[in-house]
Amino acid sequence: MAKRQPQQAMVAAPDPMLPHPYRVRRVQRETYDTFTIELDQANGVSGLPFAPGQFNMIYLFGVGEVPISISGDPAQSKALVHTIRAVGTVTKPIVRLKRGDVLGVRGPLGSSWPVEEAKGSDVVIVAGGIGLAPLRPALYYLLSHRASYGRVALLYGARTPEDLLYTHELEEWRSRFDMEVGVTVDAASGNWRGNVGVVTTLIPWARFEPSDTVAMVCGPEVMMRFTVQALQERGVTAENTFISMERNMKCAVGFCGHCQFGPTFICKDGPVFRCDRMELFLWKREI
Amino acid sequence: MKDLSSRAGLHVVEQEHLHHLFEGLKGRGYSLVGPTLREGAITYAEVGSTADLPAGWTNEQDGGTYRLTRRKDAALFGYTVGPQSWKKFLFPPVTRLWQARRNGSGFQVLDEGQESPKYAFIGARSCDLHAIAVQDKVFLQGNYVDPVYRARRKGVFVVAVNCGQAGGTCFCVSMNTGPKATFGFDLALTEVLEGQRHYFVAEVGTELGAEVLQEVPHREATAAERAAAESTVARAAAQMGRTLDTTDIKELLYHNYEHPRWDDVAGRCLTCANCTMVCPTCFCTTVEDSTDLKGEHAERWRKLDSCFTMDFSYIHGGSIRASARSRYRQWMTHKLATWIDQFGTSGCVGCGRCITWCPVGIDITAEVRAIRESKHA
Repeated sequence: MAKRQPQQAMVAAPDPMLPHPYRVRRVQRETYDTFTIELDQANGVSGLPFAPGQFNMIYLFGVGEVPISISGDPAQSKALVHTIRAVGTVTKPIVRLKRGDVLGVRGPLGSSWPVEEAKGSDVVIVAGGIGLAPLRPALYYLLSHRASYGRVALLYGARTPEDLLYTHELEEWRSRFDMEVGVTVDAASGNWRGNVGVVTTLIPWARFEPSDTVAMVCGPEVMMRFTVQALQERGVTAENTFISMERNMKCAVGFCGHCQFGPTFICKDGPVFRCDRMELFLWKREI
Repeated sequence: MKDLSSRAGLHVVEQEHLHHLFEGLKGRGYSLVGPTLREGAITYAEVGSTADLPAGWTNEQDGGTYRLTRRKDAALFGYTVGPQSWKKFLFPPVTRLWQARRNGSGFQVLDEGQESPKYAFIGARSCDLHAIAVQDKVFLQGNYVDPVYRARRKGVFVVAVNCGQAGGTCFCVSMNTGPKATFGFDLALTEVLEGQRHYFVAEVGTELGAEVLQEVPHREATAAERAAAESTVARAAAQMGRTLDTTDIKELLYHNYEHPRWDDVAGRCLTCANCTMVCPTCFCTTVEDSTDLKGEHAERWRKLDSCFTMDFSYIHGGSIRASARSRYRQWMTHKLATWIDQFGTSGCVGCGRCITWCPVGIDITAEVRAIRESKHA
């Protein structure tokens, strides 16, 4: 009987905890604390195929790793785009990187917005603050398949005018005849002449047929809670309402247990969730 | 692990011949780990021979209590599970996942590959075999496979032991996880002491187990010996220290997130995380990225973590589960309810360790009973 070898050779299956190197192509300032980074694969192969709503774990050498939603166009695979708010030990140095610097990427991870399933229906996208970043890929997809959808509305709220993201693109989208764009801020200084009020104030006025509308919502949890409620008051069902949740993540592949939300792992069962499936847990405190 | 071997029937190994099993396994290159007596408890460590086993010892366990006491006989496995489980070997508490070195403006990851010893587990109880199967589901059967667990899990040789007595906090019968081992072993032993006789009734679980048994003097068990083994296990089943009614437990907990009992537990729970450390299925970890002072060499380490820690759920400047109430609720509802939706089985195997090793003796079976008896929904 032959002795078994004590060491097991690594089988071909990739190690999900190994980051792949990507080079910074461009860092663009969106607001005082938010930047959009474009990355190329370091080995020369371009981009990373992904579905709208998915995220990557972005690693800064020796510092740490953070989950960031992909905010670029899924049809354009040349660069990997992330919009990052600089808030802590990892994100603050990341937004100061220069062209040619290298980041580690693990992904794409997680579930995605129902852009296929929404075909044939009206779509309303409601974003709060940086929540517009994970929704932008979905909007790009809708606009490049515009004929497949009914009415399309983007409702976007930020805390102040200085916090509005993608202001150039907002102007472009607003100038189209085939979508509605509503923008509001929670509070403004004297120069702002636009809407003032939380984003839910835009919902009663947006044009969509509630009985045949798919809603995609992303932003702070309290904003999502009131938005889902306002949408339901207009008649959009929970089966047609999708949100993107966040929790503490360490491994992002379903092993570390940190991102659990009720029975789901946000890293693999989410971050995009259909509201009716989460009814027992949604909006409950400390779950 | 291969399916049940074609060798049916039970065999008897006399106690004085058991050491051949150890020698046979060592000869095949295995590192043997099993129960040993150290620091006032029976814990799993390297064993070289039957002399390393805690012969003649037993334990008394209850909520927040673990005491070693002497037996009147010289049974080698006459105790129940201690504070450790086999996850200590399959899922090391601290592991380096990879190292990387700076390389111009970039970096290069040096993939470690996973080397691990070839283990033979001596004396695995049925509850712990179920726990290993539960962790197999978590680490090997999802969308991603954990390479550290896989490398260690492959090729483990399991010598199971069927319990002859139950501990004060045991409830494997309620969880359908024992006391008799029914799968997941190469060999299973039931220790019998009758008068002057001291022998083991051995069941073969795999072809490899059958091969190893060939190196140990053994013969077919008589009907009387088989009956003695069965009554030993039946005695353990009748002595369970606790019971847990698992009827509709998922719905029970899903509909009682605001039950006042959680406040009651919160008044007692210290969030010390002992329960998660001794639990054989708890698997939560944290990932730490670090670098040397020059910033040229980085490492990623994985360490065992617990949902009871203050910053386990930290995000956006605060913890989602800040209160002790929410953290105990998370642990218990994960273990007994959401685990079922996640992995298709309960996360609890009824080993009772969380009850024994809780410094204030919180009893998961009593908590379920309290909620069930006065449920809201």
